[in-house]
Amino acid sequence: MKLKPLAAGLIAAFATTQALADITVGVTVSATGPAASLGIPEKNTFALMPTTIGGQKVNYIVLDDASDTTTAVKNVRKMITEDKVDVIVGSTITPNSLAMIDVAAEAETPMISMAASARIVDPANPKVKWVFKTPQNDVQMSTAIVESMLSNKVQTVAFIGFADAYGEGWYNEFSKIAELRKLKIVANERYNRNDTSVTGQILKILAAKPDAVLVAGAGTPAALPQKALNEKGYKGAYYQTHGVANMDFMRVCGKDCEGTLLPAGPVLVAGQLPDSNPIKKVALDYTSKYEAAHGKGTTSTFGAHAWDAGMLLQSAVPVALKKAQPGTKEFRAALRDALEGLKNVTVSHGVVNMSPQDHLGFDQRARVMVKIENGGWKLQQ
Amino acid sequence: MDLQIALLLSQDGIVNGAIYALLALALVLVFAVTRVIFIPQGEFVAFGALTLAGFQAGKVPGTLWLLIGLGAAIAIVEVVIAMRSGALRRLTSALGWNLGYPAVAAAVVFLGEPVSWPLFVQVVLALAMVVPLGPMVYRLAYQPLLSASVLVLLIVSVAVHLTLVGLGLLFFGAEGSRTPAFSEASFEIGGVVVTGQTLWVVGASAVLIVVLYLFFERSLWGKALRATAINRTGARLMGISSTQAGKLSFVLAAAIGALSGILIAPITTVYYDTGFLIGLKGFVAAIVGGLASYPIAAAGAILVGLLESFSSFWASAFKEVIVFTLIIPVLVWRSLTTRHVEEEE
Repeated sequence: MKLKPLAAGLIAAFATTQALADITVGVTVSATGPAASLGIPEKNTFALMPTTIGGQKVNYIVLDDASDTTTAVKNVRKMITEDKVDVIVGSTITPNSLAMIDVAAEAETPMISMAASARIVDPANPKVKWVFKTPQNDVQMSTAIVESMLSNKVQTVAFIGFADAYGEGWYNEFSKIAELRKLKIVANERYNRNDTSVTGQILKILAAKPDAVLVAGAGTPAALPQKALNEKGYKGAYYQTHGVANMDFMRVCGKDCEGTLLPAGPVLVAGQLPDSNPIKKVALDYTSKYEAAHGKGTTSTFGAHAWDAGMLLQSAVPVALKKAQPGTKEFRAALRDALEGLKNVTVSHGVVNMSPQDHLGFDQRARVMVKIENGGWKLQQ
Repeated sequence: MDLQIALLLSQDGIVNGAIYALLALALVLVFAVTRVIFIPQGEFVAFGALTLAGFQAGKVPGTLWLLIGLGAAIAIVEVVIAMRSGALRRLTSALGWNLGYPAVAAAVVFLGEPVSWPLFVQVVLALAMVVPLGPMVYRLAYQPLLSASVLVLLIVSVAVHLTLVGLGLLFFGAEGSRTPAFSEASFEIGGVVVTGQTLWVVGASAVLIVVLYLFFERSLWGKALRATAINRTGARLMGISSTQAGKLSFVLAAAIGALSGILIAPITTVYYDTGFLIGLKGFVAAIVGGLASYPIAAAGAILVGLLESFSSFWASAFKEVIVFTLIIPVLVWRSLTTRHVEEEE
C-alpha cells in the first residue's frame, strides 16, 4: 500500500519533468527510394526551421521512410511511443500519409502531411480530425490546367502519365473536369518513371492529333515524353503538372521544354509576384534561406511544403501553449484545435484558412500558371 | 497501325534489345564462370552513364570515392591475410592495384579538367573509373565465398545491389541526367528517321558481341573462362585459377554494363536506379537462354525489346506486366525441355 503514493509521486515527478520538456516535432520524409527527389529538399528544409516557438525550445526528429509505407508507419509508432512527440509532420507521399492517419488518430497526435492527395484530409473520415496537410489538392491544379487550355483554344488533349498512383490520380481528376468543360481527351497513355523509351505511347498520341499534350509525371522522368514528342516533330502545346517544378527537370529537358505551361504553388515564382501579394514576402524569405544553405537555384516547391508545415506550427503552437504544457495529451489536443482554428495564415504556397471541413485551407491564391521561358519559370497573368 | 508505325516500333525495340542483349551476355558469362546471379549488373549501367554525365557537368563523380573506398577496403583485407600467412612479398602488387590505381584516377580527375576534354576521352575515363569496380566487388563480396551455394551467392548479390543503389543515390542524387549524343546525324530509310545514336547503339553492341565471340574462341584467357564455366575442378587441375577466372568475368561484366550505360545515356534519362530494371530485362533474356546459351540469350533480348516496344503502343499501362510475364511460358518450356535432357543423360 505504501508503494502506491510513491508510484503516484514518481509519476507526478515524471509528469513535471515532461511538462518542462521541449516541444518535440516528429518528422518522417521519403529521403530515399522513388520519392527521394521530393523528400530530400523537405529534409533539408527542417534544418532551416526555427529552434524556438513561443519561447519554447523545439526539437525536430527527422526520420527517413525510404518511400515505403511500412517504414513510415513504423517511424510514426516509434516517435509516438519512444520520443513522445507532440506533432507528426509527414510523409512525403500519399500512400505513406494515408497509412499514418490511423496511428496518429489512435495516439491522438496531430499530423501534418506533405503529400498531395485530397483523400488525406477527406472530412468524411472521422480520424481525419487529427490530420492536416500543406500541398494543394490535385483538383485545384487540374482546374488551373483546364482553364488555361480553354483560354488557349485547346479542344483535344492527349494524356500521358506515370503508371502509378500519381498518373492515375491525375487522370481521374483531370478527366472529370475536362468532361465538364467539354474538353476532349483523345489519348490516355502510361509510362514508368524508369522507362528508357516511350516511342510506342508517343506514336499513339501523334496518331490522335491532339491540340495539346498533358504529361503527368514528377521530376526529371517527366521530360522523357516531351523530348520524344519533339523528336518526332509534334507541334502542339505542352502542359506539365506541378510535379516538375524543380531545376533538375529544367536541366534535363533543356530547350525541348521551352513554352511548356504548368500550374504551381506561388513560391516557384516568388520574385515575380506583385508586391501587393502577401505570399511574396513569406515565399522569398524561404527561398533566400534555402538558397543560402544549398546554393542558388536549388529551391523546389516540395521543400516549401515542409516549410509551410513549420509555419502552421509557428502559428498554432503559441495558442496551444496557453492551454497546456508540451509533452502532454492536453497539449496535443490543444495544438490540434489551434491548427484547425488557423485563419489568414500566409505561408509560402498560399493563404491558409482552416475549418473543421477543410484541413488544407487553401483558396485560388495557392496556385499560379507558369510558363517555361529561357530555361526559367515565368509567371502567367 | 500502319507500316511506318510498325517500323518505328521495331527500330525502338531493336535498339533497346541490343542493350538488353549485352547485359544478358554479361549475366550469362558471370553465372557460367562463378555461379553468381549478378543482380548488381544494372548498377554498372547507371554508374557508367552518370559518371560520364558527371564529367560533362564539371563535377567529380562519386564513383571516384567508391573506387578509393573499395580499394582501401581490399588493401586492408590483403594486409591482414598477408600478416597471418606471412606471405608479404605478394602484397606489393595487390597494394599497388588497390591503392595506386585509385590514386592515379583521382590525380587525373583533380589535376586534369575532364569537362574540357573531347567526348571520346571522357568516355574512356568514365570506363576507367567504373570497370575496376567490378573485380573489386568480386574480391570483397564473392571471392571469400568461392565454394558457397548458388543461393548464398544470390543473397550476397541482393545485398551488393541494395548497397550500390544506396551509394548511387548518395553520389548522384535522386534526379537523372542525360549526355550529348555521339553523333547528331540522322538518316531517312523508307520513310523512317534513324538517328546516329541508335546506329551507334546497335553497331557497338554488334561489334562487342563479335569481339566477345573472338575472345572466347581465340584467346587463351577466353578459353580459360570457358573451361572454368564447363568444369571448375577440371579447369583447376589444368592450372586455371578459379579466382582469376572470376575476376576476369567481373571485369568483362562491369565493362559491358558501363559501356551500355554510356551508349543509352544520350537516348534516355538515366537515374541512379535505372540500371536495375534494364538489368532485370537483360535477366529475362538470359533466362530465355537458360543462363547458359549466349546466342539464345541475345535473341531473347531482341524479343524482349520488341515485345516491350509493341506493348507500349497497344497497352502502355501493362507494358512491364507483359514483358515480365514472358518469363512464365519460358520457364515452363525450359523445365519441360530440361527434364527431357535429364532423361537422356
